[in-house]
Amino acid sequence: MDTINTDLFISLPEITLLCMAMLILIVDLFLNKQNRLIIYGLAQVTLFVGAYLVWGTHNATVEYAYSGLFVDDPLSDVLKLATLIGASVMLVYTRHYMMLRNMFSGEYYSLLLFAVVGIMVMISGKNMLTIYMGLELLSLCTYALVALDRDNAHATEAAMKYFVLGALASGMLLYGMSMIYGVTGNLDLGRISNGLNQMQMQRPDFVKDPVLVLGLVFIVAGLAFKLGAIPFHMWVPDVYQGSPTAITIMIGSIPKFAGFAMAIRLLVQGLDTMFADWQQMLLIMAVLSIAIGNITAIAQTNLKRMLAYSTISHIGFLLLGLMSASLNGFTSSMFYVCAYVLMSLTGFGMILLLSRKGHEAEQLSDLAGLNKRSPWTAFLMLITMFSMAGVPPTIGFYAKFAVLQAALQAGFVWVVVFAVVMAAIGAFYYLRVIKIMYFDQPEDEAPIDAPLDMRLVLSANVMALLLIGLMPQGLMALCAKAIFFTLKGG
Amino acid sequence: MLTDHILSLSIWVPILAGVLVLILGDDSRACFTRWVALLGSLAGFAVTLPLYLLFDLNSGIQFLEIANWIPAFNINYMLGADGFSVPLILLTSFTTVIAVVASWESITDNIAQYMAAFLIMSGLMIGVFSALDAILYYVFWEAMLIPMFLVIGVWGGPNRVYATIKFFLYTLIGSLLMLVAFIYLYHKTGSFHIIDYYKVPLSMEEQIYIFAAFFMAFAVKIPMWPVHTWLPDAHVEAPTAGSVVLAAVMLKLGGYSFLRFAMPIAPDASHYLTGFMITLSLIAILYIAFVALVQKDMKKLIAYSSISHMGFVTLGFFLFSQLGLEGGVVQMISHGFISAAMFLCVGVLYDRMHSRQIADYGGVANTMPIFTGFVVLFAMANSGLPGTSGFVGEFMVILASVKHNFWVAFVAASTLIIGASYSLWMVKRVFYGEVANDKVSALKALNKREFTLLSVLALFTLGIGVYPDVITELTQATSTQFLNHMAVSKLPAVGM
Repeated sequence: MDTINTDLFISLPEITLLCMAMLILIVDLFLNKQNRLIIYGLAQVTLFVGAYLVWGTHNATVEYAYSGLFVDDPLSDVLKLATLIGASVMLVYTRHYMMLRNMFSGEYYSLLLFAVVGIMVMISGKNMLTIYMGLELLSLCTYALVALDRDNAHATEAAMKYFVLGALASGMLLYGMSMIYGVTGNLDLGRISNGLNQMQMQRPDFVKDPVLVLGLVFIVAGLAFKLGAIPFHMWVPDVYQGSPTAITIMIGSIPKFAGFAMAIRLLVQGLDTMFADWQQMLLIMAVLSIAIGNITAIAQTNLKRMLAYSTISHIGFLLLGLMSASLNGFTSSMFYVCAYVLMSLTGFGMILLLSRKGHEAEQLSDLAGLNKRSPWTAFLMLITMFSMAGVPPTIGFYAKFAVLQAALQAGFVWVVVFAVVMAAIGAFYYLRVIKIMYFDQPEDEAPIDAPLDMRLVLSANVMALLLIGLMPQGLMALCAKAIFFTLKGG
Repeated sequence: MLTDHILSLSIWVPILAGVLVLILGDDSRACFTRWVALLGSLAGFAVTLPLYLLFDLNSGIQFLEIANWIPAFNINYMLGADGFSVPLILLTSFTTVIAVVASWESITDNIAQYMAAFLIMSGLMIGVFSALDAILYYVFWEAMLIPMFLVIGVWGGPNRVYATIKFFLYTLIGSLLMLVAFIYLYHKTGSFHIIDYYKVPLSMEEQIYIFAAFFMAFAVKIPMWPVHTWLPDAHVEAPTAGSVVLAAVMLKLGGYSFLRFAMPIAPDASHYLTGFMITLSLIAILYIAFVALVQKDMKKLIAYSSISHMGFVTLGFFLFSQLGLEGGVVQMISHGFISAAMFLCVGVLYDRMHSRQIADYGGVANTMPIFTGFVVLFAMANSGLPGTSGFVGEFMVILASVKHNFWVAFVAASTLIIGASYSLWMVKRVFYGEVANDKVSALKALNKREFTLLSVLALFTLGIGVYPDVITELTQATSTQFLNHMAVSKLPAVGM
């Protein structure tokens, strides 16, 4: 096979998604309102085909395409598969909600598929430019998605905030990249790593070069913004609350895979020489995110805003794993991000399930007495909340456990003690949700209006939280393998 | 062979029974639901009986089971039971039957969820008593909070939300620190196997930190003064069966865990902190007994008396003598029966009068003579009357403490008087004297279900009081082993 064929073959899933997204845009023009379900079907098929292609081309080796711009390694296979499955689950959750709000349109699906392509490109980016391109594709689609409901003032405001701050963060990231490029003369992350290593060999204090350190600071800041870590978290609560819930679930779930991959690529594969510097930065952000995220969430009465702060604290735990700077730590972070996405899908999925025409179930009081209205739904939310709080036997416990043991192995005993105390404080607001569902009287007696497929997928999703909690070995081993082959095998 | 999996069966039979109740049960078929739950709890009790019958009195940990669980972290599904855990496992499965029968008529909504919570909790608590892998233990320990949280919160009294969240958060914060200790030991030994933890040498500083982390988890659970404040709240708000399980079994988890983790993993720190632990135990015994004396609410009074009695357990453990250790274990079992019975008695009254205030009662003996007989027996047992199980444990611990230090024994023994005072004074005010009001004169006598429950508990209380060897013969070999282990320092040899 000649090079161009190999390149196309390696990036086949992305190309398929891209073509289909454009096809959907065109098909949408010829469909009237009754036949829009075809678009939904096409989008689902696209995601399945994409997942099949990723699955079909996966292997334990590291392959490069487009002269090293694009990489296909076990890490990218696992994360892309997870992204596509997550996106497909998300589409099931959002269909009914979008239909009821006259937002069920071709743009939604094509923008979403473009965003998924952006995520996949970020996951596979082995060059700073590829990563930046993927990031912009994802970000621009997300800004548009937030503003999809034009007449909604809150959503428009959220989109504006998100866009301004997001553009700023992209700028910072790009500025940081340009500084690194200025020092090393390279955009390719593998070459940057080699170059820095060689330079450090010649001059051990090389890593203290102010330009290099400043570049790193800007990159970490951009990364932290995209992940939503404190102190770059200001947009998270506003955007989560202001966006239509069907978009919030998109912002709050699968892009975190891209954020994680970006952190691994930039910090671990590119700037590994400077790990002492980024370890400290991540440590401070992790500690602050865990503390402020958990404490601020207690004061929230809006469920979406509460979940936004809970996301910030989860990101703190994710950073705690990355900060450990060991294979063990990266594996635990990867497990954490998978667990987090599963949990946030169910958390926001539950809001979508309880919302109906003209009513957004986004206040905590909307959950009151849910156990009397629908015991099974309340039980699903119960598992989700205990999982987010990290109570065994749910996946959330193993995620926290894995991260904490990695941080402890790296010697951060007191950070770990601090994190568990904060986790216990955080348990309070999750317990409050359960209290409202189980101990309070219902205010809202309307029957839950949701299609069967959504109920089934949501139930399966929650059962996954419980079953992976009981048998975490499979996912744990998968993450360990992906990280090991990617960072050591290649 | 099924006999190779007795512990697994003891854990999973009640849990599966609970799931079955959830699936089959419904408020429209209340009676059927109750019977399914009762059969489930009886099956759960039946599968634990072989543990007693097949127990080898001369060896330590037995009924071992091991299977791979999470090889990535060397975590195994590892179970085993020794002389400390077998009596507690039997107590747990027995108490579950009591809890199911006790809530036969008093619970009328969400019966299936309620019964299932108790069955599942039973399996999880047995899991705590039999896990030999730290993470498996931790999973059971935390998961057990969920059903109890719901039981208090859904079926509890007026202030239930405050009580149940306090209960959950107190326990959670302590146990998360224990998790950190487990992870630390994992990096030290490369495994989560508890027996490996017993062998690993640790410096004094490490031992003290580890002991402190365990102390946070277990002291809250027992509960020891000054982290006991959740217990009176939880007891007052919990439904009767919730109080029964809480007092009879859940408090014992803390005591048992001191024997399983804190003391053998950090023996030098345990010796070093003996004075501290004994002081806290004595404060619990004496001060909390005085607190119990002034309570106006019967359930609160019994809750404080539980804390005071659990003080004997920790006192017995930290005397490091065979007598004290076995006394502590006997005290745990005996308190399981007596406190369960006391809470049931309050439940009997509450079901009829819907009040737990002592002031609302008076002269109940005139309308419920047989019931009064039971209450007097249990109150006597609670204050440590010879011939009842309450006497045995306390006497053994006091004897052991005389050897340790006369004044410790003096303080501990003085509580026998205070214990008698608060128990009997409550009996006097509630049951004797003039009939206080019309409600009391209209009280109905015990029904068959209540009579059977109280008789069975009375039988156990007297049985252990007369023949405590039933328990001590089980614990003998294990406590000898335990003390031998505790006598050897784990400090790394100097110069290594």
